[in-house]
Amino acid sequence: MERNQMHRQIANTRKLMFDQGYLDEQFIQLEELQDGSNPNFVEEVVTLYYRDSARFLSNLDQALEKRPLDFSKLDNLMHQFKGSSTSIGAKKVKTECTHFRNYCNARNAEGCKRTFQNVKKEYTTLRKKLEAYFQMSRQVGPVETAYASSVVVCTIRYDTIHSLHLNIIHSNLPLRRCAARSH
Amino acid sequence: METISSSSTELHVLAVDDSNIDRKVIERLLKISSFKVTVVDSGSRALEYLGLEENRNSSQFDDLKVNLIMTDYSMPGMTGFELLKKIKNSSTLKEIPVVIMSSENILTRIDRCLEEGAEDYLLKPVKLSDVTRLKDSILKTENRGISELQSHRGKRKRSDDRLLVLPSSFSCHKDVSISPPPSPQQPTPKLARL
Repeated sequence: MERNQMHRQIANTRKLMFDQGYLDEQFIQLEELQDGSNPNFVEEVVTLYYRDSARFLSNLDQALEKRPLDFSKLDNLMHQFKGSSTSIGAKKVKTECTHFRNYCNARNAEGCKRTFQNVKKEYTTLRKKLEAYFQMSRQVGPVETAYASSVVVCTIRYDTIHSLHLNIIHSNLPLRRCAARSH
Repeated sequence: METISSSSTELHVLAVDDSNIDRKVIERLLKISSFKVTVVDSGSRALEYLGLEENRNSSQFDDLKVNLIMTDYSMPGMTGFELLKKIKNSSTLKEIPVVIMSSENILTRIDRCLEEGAEDYLLKPVKLSDVTRLKDSILKTENRGISELQSHRGKRKRSDDRLLVLPSSFSCHKDVSISPPPSPQQPTPKLARL
């Protein structure tokens, strides 16, 4: 029973990230690339994102200290960070990046500095949520294989991290069809 | 008549992207789609790799022959566009289809790439469905190419139907001044009650 509760909690945590707009469809795309042969794919990508982000944000911080501001360089740096954020489905972060680039194009220094603070805030918030989510997932461990196949399919859509231990042959379309049918 | 099917010979893709994350994701997308993948982080490394290709004793069925190049557009040093030009200007490499990937939906950029000989222009983030479609069109082209070689034994001309403008990659290009519309699919699937 407790195990099911934990699974539900993890699934709810995940759902909340989508409902609250922190993550978008791209995160699901990554989850669908995860399977028995690559069981930690999503977390690996996200970990890469943290590493790259630290570098981008630090470079942006430094570039924002310079006088006068090099808007073209700032825009270039933010373009790269926005790209990474887009690749993992970091929806709110991506939005703030766009605001920043708009201010760059308008050569608005105050606007840039202000939105950069928002970018950092959204990034930090998302990172905390993702770290908590992956930690919970790791704690619960593999799902038992004794489920009926229809339940297994639902489980995958519900909490895709746990599909890794079920050796379901991955296929995009059937998963979606099954998920729709079961509701 | 010999044809390449996805089950007999794996197509080999050379992917070029300066972003760690995008390299990891594209590699996974391609592997899941049963491609052989080589990933490099710059245009110059791509040319190095392809240069080594030229020196190989290449036959049609060479294991390491590159069947497709997928490159990011915005890269420091050599852009994807510059890489595209170099490949299309090379007598040995110009037949290899090149696909451009970009996060930016800029019509003039897309046009320029296609005019320069790109097979397609994919908007990032690249999806599994993009790769699947790409695979189908590359397989068709390869099979057509082989049957042409066998029947005509002549130099293959660049005909119009080699310009594979795949409709769905352009479906969001209606308004090019704004970013692509959000995915029509809801991000939160309905949940089953366990």
